[in-house]
Amino acid sequence: MTDPEILRYTQETGDFSRMLESIPYATWIGLQCERFGDDLIFRLPKKESNLGNPILPAIHGGVIGGFMEMSANIYLIMSRESLRMPRIVDFSLDYLRAGLNRETYAECRLTRQGNRVANVMVTAWQKSRSQPIATARAHFLLED
Amino acid sequence: MDNQTRIDRVTRFIETLNQARELGLSVTDAGDGTLTLCLPYSDRIIGNPDTGVIHGGAITTLMDTTSGCVILCALEDFELCPTLDLRVDYMRPAHPHKPVYARAETYRITRNIIFTRCEAYQEGGETIANCVATFMRIGKEASPKHYRDLIAGDVK
Repeated sequence: MTDPEILRYTQETGDFSRMLESIPYATWIGLQCERFGDDLIFRLPKKESNLGNPILPAIHGGVIGGFMEMSANIYLIMSRESLRMPRIVDFSLDYLRAGLNRETYAECRLTRQGNRVANVMVTAWQKSRSQPIATARAHFLLED
Repeated sequence: MDNQTRIDRVTRFIETLNQARELGLSVTDAGDGTLTLCLPYSDRIIGNPDTGVIHGGAITTLMDTTSGCVILCALEDFELCPTLDLRVDYMRPAHPHKPVYARAETYRITRNIIFTRCEAYQEGGETIANCVATFMRIGKEASPKHYRDLIAGDVK
């Protein structure tokens, strides 16, 4: 993911396949990303191995967290000119509804970017964007 | 409830969670309101291919699972408690090729809410991340009896 060549390719083309293939964790949970104009929508397809609670069944809360965390990370890389990798400092997650065994989406918003720290908000939903299953807030350190 | 019972219950519970099974999570230690789980290193959960450092998401899943399962070590009867919120502070990246452990405790249990804290560390004791979480008590009747019996070990 730190490979500047892949980052540049992704920033220029909006094709996320090479970047995502280079990150084993993204491939493993099945994360996908598409660009619509300037907007990025992240997608987590339905996947049996991502489930936690077998009764509902529901996606494991940790996977929802990992999906949102990685979405925030990629979003931040794409919204900056720099090819440096931001480092996560903290991650705060509110679960609003059970994430059922179906496709999940996420979008991010850069709340504030300073010289050294960025604050990113993430919202995840399934059937309707107006009924989010989780919201999260993350801080990233931008310098090395 | 003795500690072996706690270990057995948590082991049976995480066996039913696909993602925990896929990650290879296992119980290291359990006590009254405390629990330690182990996340083995695996190439699949790498977040940075250049360094081999695992992704924070795998740490989040480890800590969410440990914090959720420590409830089984604190309550006499199994109750499924959904996570309300989770806050993770990352101290340093985990060393590649080594397991990560998470030790959680319930530090306050009320009628409605359970408060937990959890520390992820590696051998030598270096802290990788800290986490606090809250869980909602929806009552044991919220899970089907056959599932509760399965976790309690009452199913032959």
